[in-house]
Parts: sequence; structure tokens; C-alpha cells
Amino acid sequence: MSNYAHIDEHRDDEGAKIGMWLFIFTELLLFGGLFIVYSVYRYINPEAFHLAAEELDTFTGTVNTVILLVSSMTIAMSISSIQYKNKKLTLILMGLTILLAAVFMVNKYFEWSGKISHGIYPGSPTLMEASQGEILFFGLYYAMTGLHALHIIIGVAFIAYVMRLVVKNEVQHDNFTILENSGLYWHLVDLIWIFLFPLFYLIT
Amino acid sequence: MEKEQHTHIVKYKTYIFVLIALLFMTFASVAITSINLGPYTVSAALLLASIKSILVLLIFMHLKFDKKFYGIMAASVFLLLACVIFITFLDYLYR
Amino acid sequence: MSDTVIQNHEPNYLEYKGRYKGIFAWIFSTDHKRIGLLYLYSMLVLFSVAAILGLLMKIELIAPGKTIMDAQTYNSFFTLHGITMIFLIVVPGLPAVFGNFFLPLMIGAKDVAFPKLNLLSWWIYILGAAVALSSQFFGDGPPDTGWTFYAPYSFRTGTNMLPAVTGAFILGFSSIATGINFIVTIHRMRAPGMTWMKMPLFPWALYSTSWIQVLATPIVGVTLLMIVLERTMQIGFFDPALGGDPILYQHLFWIYSHPAVYIMILPAMGVISEIIPTFARKTIFGYKAIVVSTLAIAFVGYFVWGHHMFTSGMSGTALYTFSILTFLVAIPSAIKIFNWVATLHKASIDIQTPFLWALCFLFVFMIGGLSGMVLGALSANVHLHDTAFVVAHFHFIVFGGTGYAFFGALHYWYPKMFGRMYDKGWANIGLAVFFTGFNTLYLPMFYLGMIGMPRRYYDYVEEFHGPNIVSSFGAMLMISGLVIIITNLVRSARKGEIAEADPWKGKTLEWTTASPPTLENFDEIPIVTKLPYDYE
Repeated sequence: MSNYAHIDEHRDDEGAKIGMWLFIFTELLLFGGLFIVYSVYRYINPEAFHLAAEELDTFTGTVNTVILLVSSMTIAMSISSIQYKNKKLTLILMGLTILLAAVFMVNKYFEWSGKISHGIYPGSPTLMEASQGEILFFGLYYAMTGLHALHIIIGVAFIAYVMRLVVKNEVQHDNFTILENSGLYWHLVDLIWIFLFPLFYLIT
Repeated sequence: MEKEQHTHIVKYKTYIFVLIALLFMTFASVAITSINLGPYTVSAALLLASIKSILVLLIFMHLKFDKKFYGIMAASVFLLLACVIFITFLDYLYR
Repeated sequence: MSDTVIQNHEPNYLEYKGRYKGIFAWIFSTDHKRIGLLYLYSMLVLFSVAAILGLLMKIELIAPGKTIMDAQTYNSFFTLHGITMIFLIVVPGLPAVFGNFFLPLMIGAKDVAFPKLNLLSWWIYILGAAVALSSQFFGDGPPDTGWTFYAPYSFRTGTNMLPAVTGAFILGFSSIATGINFIVTIHRMRAPGMTWMKMPLFPWALYSTSWIQVLATPIVGVTLLMIVLERTMQIGFFDPALGGDPILYQHLFWIYSHPAVYIMILPAMGVISEIIPTFARKTIFGYKAIVVSTLAIAFVGYFVWGHHMFTSGMSGTALYTFSILTFLVAIPSAIKIFNWVATLHKASIDIQTPFLWALCFLFVFMIGGLSGMVLGALSANVHLHDTAFVVAHFHFIVFGGTGYAFFGALHYWYPKMFGRMYDKGWANIGLAVFFTGFNTLYLPMFYLGMIGMPRRYYDYVEEFHGPNIVSSFGAMLMISGLVIIITNLVRSARKGEIAEADPWKGKTLEWTTASPPTLENFDEIPIVTKLPYDYE
């Protein structure tokens, strides 16, 4: 009775996947809370939300949407490629996903810093003079895209960690649940953006 | 038994088609919202977003190929969120 | 069959030596049984602190005017009492202690699905507790908002709100981790032959609870995060001066915190459903009805949050909807009561301490539930909102429900957990003193609320004096009862007589293994062929 790690070694792919899905549900509802806040305030201040949304650049938003959709495809493909036992392609696809995520973040950085240099940030003097609806819109904009960006960073870290496992051959064609799970997480990030994009950039 | 779920390999081609569809809908929603459709703008954009998310869930997230159980769970969670939003709006709509 | 396992050569989980020594063998252990005990000890410490705070508040209320503390101290006391009791004890209580310990045992598994995550969730719990309690000791004074952190006061008050809110936020992760762990464990690790409808009722209760934990906690998480942002960055989600709606905060807060009430009570009902058939020596009446009502409570309980906000200024439509839904959720709870009582009908009952706890549970839970109906009715609620009546009601449910079930579970499973039996005489005396004190404490508060005494004030007018004296006396009696109970349990852990593997002649799987169980729980994974409460 000295093998104290024995219970931890028990492997259950299906169980790990259910666990990941449950975690994804909690993330969805985390954003769900913010979506409730958004929809209530949009309902109360339709005019102000309309005006404020025109401040955002649809082009940047569209580019970022395209980037995330493509990165979602590459990570999905990496799962197929590991099943085809193509380790090299898997790593390339995962690396591509991380690269696209980095581009997304750079875009986001320029977008945010542009807004901030125009004096639009929570608690700024310019914003305090604006209407209440606009204060709420930009408050929500920063909170929701900020929380989303945080999830991108976590997702990148997760994928990078799994990449290391692939390199070390610890993730292979018959044992890739963790790759699947990191993919699921990444799709979640995409899924949330699919709703954030029209709500902030399009509906003007 | 545990390996059964992994026998299905999604073809690269499928993913590319899905991506094209997603991109098409993205541009479509940009185009639709740039014309003034009045109150229908919001519903059009949200409808397209919902179709996009269903595609992502079914193909990218493999709900279509996994056991039904996952799909049922995901659908119930979305239904729950919808109910919660609906009940919250019972307050705001009639205040 | 059960007496053979006592001759076990493997060390039990208490004596087992692993990689680490001393206290590290506990705080780094991934064994679900040790983690359960870690939770138990942490909670007993926190519970004692919070109970003493409650006692001090009651002593303050023994006479009008300032008795032992001023208004601000009283405000911070009820805030800390609430935060500790709700977020640190009652919400995680039964799942984290008894769920961790007994879920794998009852479904015939060696551990939970993710043992490391399980340990992590205890560490997050300790971190959250430390952050929340740190609000007392530095900064601009202890928080004074009550445990609900209502906006806009929660970001206007000068007191030290950030650590309290952040602590509650962190605790959410612990709760979610436990929930995910239990759902996966129940789906994947039931012993061969244990179909869903052969699963005992405590695991069923944990299953519903875990779903609520997973689906409701994130909403309060993001709400608390918004309060943090509001305080630090002036974002204005709930600040009327910036266009925010404080009532929306209440909506979001109760979207979690009402289902949280069911996180508290469902496992309690699960425990009672275990204790009653064991001592009635009879199959539980209406097993399926209990399962269905458990799921129904979890589901409908998600949509009744608005009954905490009847006087907040919601629309009429919302008021009626929430009131109707509130009445609906009482039906499945009542079904359970009938099932338990029907199980006792014509049974040859073995009266032991855990059974007495279950009986007391039925008594106080009935009072709590029926007073809940009074509060669920719109017209009565407007009169009683924020009075001592509400305080009495939720203490009858939360303390009377979950608290009684917690101590009942402790007395029921104690021989299994520690391999020793407590002194039954002292346990019964403790229960008698506690039960008398409990009712003396809270029953007068129903009356006080009806004649108009508001909650959360350190002072009151002369008319309320009489019942308050009775109530404060009850508080002291109840605390003495608790002292007797806990002293008896602590003492018996070392000195009690050795317990056999199945002292109550229970039929569920945890009784088929040794007391205390070995590290691996079962020598061989059992194969289940019978229904869980097969006493025929």
C-alpha cells in the first residue's frame, strides 16, 4: 500500500469531457449575467445605446470576428489531425490559433487605447458629461470585452500548455481529451464573441 | 468502451465549409445592419448570431457527433438562461 | 455480511501514511474522506465564531438602547454573521463535508472523479474565507451592508467592502468545483448495477444540488465582480446617479441566492431521507416521488427569486408571477414531508439520536415552510417584509433545516467517519437543550415581526421588550446545547467506544465497508442488485 497516487491515475475521458462541458456552462452563465444587464439597460435607454454604438469601429470589430472564427476552425482541425496521427500539422494548427489570438489582442489594444485617448473610459470627465445611457454602454463595453479578453488570455495559456504535452508525446491519437477540452474552451471564447460583436458593433 | 467516442474523425473539408458559412453570415449581418430596417435590425442580427452559434456548437464543438446527452445539457442551459431573461423582463416590460 | 470486514488488515484512512507527514498528510491529501474532514473542522471553527457573534447580537437586544455594543458594531456583526453563516457554512456545508465523505461510499466508488480538483476546492475555500474575514481587521472598518451587499449602499459605504465581496466571489469557485466534481462522479462512477433508480436519495439530492451550484453560482460571481468594478472604476452598473438600476442588482443577486437556498436545503432533505428508513427499518415510502420532487425543487427553485423583492418596486406582473411560482415550489417540499411521515407509519422504529434529530428537523422545517407560505403571499409580505418575522422564518429553514440535518448527519455517520461511538446519553441531552433553546429563541421573533419589529436594528421601542428577553434567553440556552453536543462529539472521537461497521443496521453501501473505511473504501467494488432501502 505505498502507491498513494493510484487513485489519481484512474483515467476517464468521457468524465473529463463532461467536466469540461459543465465548466463551459458556468462560463456561459457568467457572461449570461452580463447579457441580462446589457439587455435591460438597452431596453431602458434605446436612443443612447444607439448613439454610443456608432462610436465603435465596425471594421475593427469585423476583422476581430473573422480572426476568431478562423482560429476556432484551426483548433478544431488540430483535433482531426491528431487523430490522423499527424503531430506536425497538429502543432502548426495550434500555433496558428495562438498567433491569431495574439493578433486579436493587438487589435483590441489599439481599439481600447484609441477610445481611452479620446477620453472615453469609465469615470473619465468626458464620459461623465455624456448621457446616462452612454455611460452604461461604455461601462458594459469595457466590462464585457475586457472579461472576454481575459478569457482569450486564459485560452491561449491552456492551448500553449497542451502544445507542450503534444510535443512531449503525452497527447496522442488515442489520448487527446485534453486537446479536445482546450478546443472546447476556445470555441466558448468564440461563441461569446459571436454575440458580443452584433450587440456592441452592429446594432446601431 | 471509452474509445468509442473517438472513432469519429471530422474531415478538414467539413470545417472549411462551416468556416465559409460563418464568414458569410458575419458579412451578411454587417451588411443587413448597415441598412436601416428599424426594429428588425436587432432581430436580424441576433438571428444570424444564433445560427452562427448553433453551427459552432454542432460542428466545431462536436455536439452533432457526440452522445445526445451533451446536446441535451447544452440546450437546457440555453433554455434556462432564456427563461431567466424572460422572467427578469416581466419586471421591466410592465413597470 | 458486514461483520466480516472489521478484520481488515489495511490501515484505515485516518491512520494511513502517505507521501507527507503530520498536518501535510491532511492538507495535501486528495482522499475524499480526509477532504471531507478538513471541511468539517474548518466549518466547526467558523461556525463557533459566527454563533458567538449571533449570541452577542441577542445579548445586545436583551434590553432597549445600547446594552453591550453601539449601532455600527451591531451592523458589522450581523454582516459578518450573515457572510460567514451563508457563504462559508450553510451553502457549502452538507455537500462539502458529507457529500465529499459519503458520495463515493454510497455509490460504491473509490473516490470522486477529480480528486485533485477536490483538494483545490478546499484550498480555494480557505483562501476565500481568509479574504472575506480579512475585511474585519484592516482598512476603514468592517463591512456593514448585511450579507446581501445591496447596491447602491455597497459601493457608497466607507467601510471595507472589497475584501468581503472578493471573498464571496472566490468562494463561488470552490462551490462550482465541488458541483462539477459531484455531477461527473455520479454520472461516471456508480458501482456496477446501480442504475439511476437504484441510487440512494442522498446522492440524488447532491446531484440536484450540484446542478444548481454549477448553473447559479456564476451569476452571483459576475454580479459581485460588477460591484467590485463599480467601487474601483466608477462604472455605474447599479448607481442611479450614472443611470444604473439598483433593483437590477437585487434581481441578479437573488437569481443566485434564491437557488442557493435550495443548495442549502436539498442535501438536508437527502440526509433525512437516509436517516428515516434506516431507523424505521422500512423501505422509504415513494422513492420515485422523492426523486422527482428533488429535481422539481431544483428546477422551479430557479425561477422564484423575486419573492425577496416584493417591496422593491417591481412591476405588478412580476409580483404575481413570482408569488404564484413561490407557492408552486412548496408542493414538492410538502410531498417529501408526506413521504417521510408515511415511511414512519406502522414502522417498528429504533429510537436513536440521529432519528431524534430527524424528527426535530420535521418539526422545525414544517414551521419554517409554513411561515414561508405566509411570506410568499403578496399582501402579507408587504406587512412583514424586513421584520423579525423574516429573520425567524429563514432561521427556521436555514438553521432549522440545514443545521438540524447537519447535526443529524454528523450523529448518523459519526461511527463510520471516526470508527467510534459518541456518548448517546449526552448527545440526547444536548439535543433536548438545543431544541428547547432554538424554539425559545426564534418563536418569539415571529410574534415580534407581526407586531412590527424591524430586523437589523440594535435598538427597539419599549413594547418589544418582553418577547426579546425570552428570545435572548433562548439564544443562551441554545448555545449551551451546542456546547454540550460539540464537546461530546469531540471527546468521543478519541475516547468513545469502538463502533462496529454497521451500528444502525443500515442497508446503503457505506455501511458495508469498515469503520473507519480504508483508503480505497471497498476491498472489492460492490455489485448492486437491490433497491437502496431493502429492509424486507
